[in-house]
Amino acid sequence: MKRRDVLLATLVLLALWYGLAALIQRPILPTPVRVLATFIRDLPRDLGRHTLVSLYRVAASIILAIALATPAGLVLGQSARLNRIFAPFIYLLFPIPKVVLVPIVLLFLGVGDFPKIVIITMILFFQILVLVRDAAAAIRPELLLSVRSLGAGRRALFRFVYLPASVPAILTAVRQSIGTAVAVLYIAELFATRYGLGYYIYYQGSTLFDYPRMYAGIVAMSLLGLGLYFGVDMVERHLCKWKLGAG
Amino acid sequence: MLELQGVTFAYPGQSPVFERFSWRGERGDVWAVLGPSGCGKSTLLMLLAGLVLPQAGDVRIDGERITRPRPRTGLVLQEYGLLPWATVQDNVMLGLRIRRFYGPDGRHVPRDERLDPAEAQARVKHWLARLDIADVATKYPGQISGGQRQRAAIARTLVLDPDLVLMDEPFSALDAPTRESLQALTLDLCAEGGMTVVLVTHNIEEAAFVGQKVVLLGKPPNRQAHIIANPHITDAEYRRSVEYQAICTGLREAL
Repeated sequence: MKRRDVLLATLVLLALWYGLAALIQRPILPTPVRVLATFIRDLPRDLGRHTLVSLYRVAASIILAIALATPAGLVLGQSARLNRIFAPFIYLLFPIPKVVLVPIVLLFLGVGDFPKIVIITMILFFQILVLVRDAAAAIRPELLLSVRSLGAGRRALFRFVYLPASVPAILTAVRQSIGTAVAVLYIAELFATRYGLGYYIYYQGSTLFDYPRMYAGIVAMSLLGLGLYFGVDMVERHLCKWKLGAG
Repeated sequence: MLELQGVTFAYPGQSPVFERFSWRGERGDVWAVLGPSGCGKSTLLMLLAGLVLPQAGDVRIDGERITRPRPRTGLVLQEYGLLPWATVQDNVMLGLRIRRFYGPDGRHVPRDERLDPAEAQARVKHWLARLDIADVATKYPGQISGGQRQRAAIARTLVLDPDLVLMDEPFSALDAPTRESLQALTLDLCAEGGMTVVLVTHNIEEAAFVGQKVVLLGKPPNRQAHIIANPHITDAEYRRSVEYQAICTGLREAL
């Protein structure tokens, strides 16, 4: 995908938004010009702080989920016996929409950042676990034998084979779940907090009826998701060069 | 150098591949192991490599009983032995990095191993050049030809300065000219390095061209090593000689 095409698509969408706003002429749909002006005005003030809080919560969840799910996935991928024991549990737990657990997690863990991080970590955890497990299980026995013949024991195999083999799986998993993660962040920030974009959007829209600021919050949240997505793409381009042009 | 004494080996739940099988090879020998698929050729190599262990009997190399992969033994497999995410150069460096990772512990790494990074770099460079793959050093395995991949796998083994090199059908996936040039290269490298080599193949011509001695394996269980001497190997010209033709015919009849 070319950068120019992405830019062009952005402009087309903004133009459509502008046209729709001009047509409807109601305060609940301000024009993009007005929203962007509000966004730029508020970003150095409270909007920026709410964005940083939200960014912190997602980023912490991503790091926590990678740190927990990668070793678990590598272990299950290497041991057919352990995988036989745990596969049914993963099968049952994976498809549960974790967002319905938000009230329960909040009841148990209370206010603050931690319960929000926990809930997003849960979503990412299963996705990463399953993909890393399958990547580890798919490593060819010939590769393991030949690296063992170079002197690698368990620790070196982990360091030089299993860990690098799981990197693409981690990145794919994170990319696939960023959309869901940000959506659930929004839901989680509606409860028991006074910081974060979820709270900001809801508060501006439903309590203050300040629609341009509400839209500015929505733009910030969209950019947050988009930024994370681009970030993963960039890391992937850097770490997975070998996948480009392989034939 | 190589010694199998009364080795019995079976994969779990299957009938034995080897039964009280004995075989000896001397230092500097270049062996070909020839037989149809399923005869246990690769198993023999895995036993020598210490990657599988016999249920009875001993595998000894230099008098030492093999219970795990031995640091001075190199293994070259048919395919898929290279890390797909590492460049050719990094793949060739892998064994040295593993050695640095453990340090000279005598278990994963020879005790007398010197681990100077500059020397490691020089060694990698030397073998990349010797195997004629210096120009693809920064490419990934998926971006180079099958012959180049196999050269990289050989370089990765030789960089560790092995005294025993085990090769499992290393050239069978390659086209004929590439295969022949790599066979000739293998002979040259053996002559240069004084290594002991065991090359497994199902290809009669390859066994006759590379193996100074050929072990024939048959339908399992293998109880005895049928050995055919092939003393006249000199260089690539050998392929056109009468002796070569006679050995090929002899091997074909023996199979």
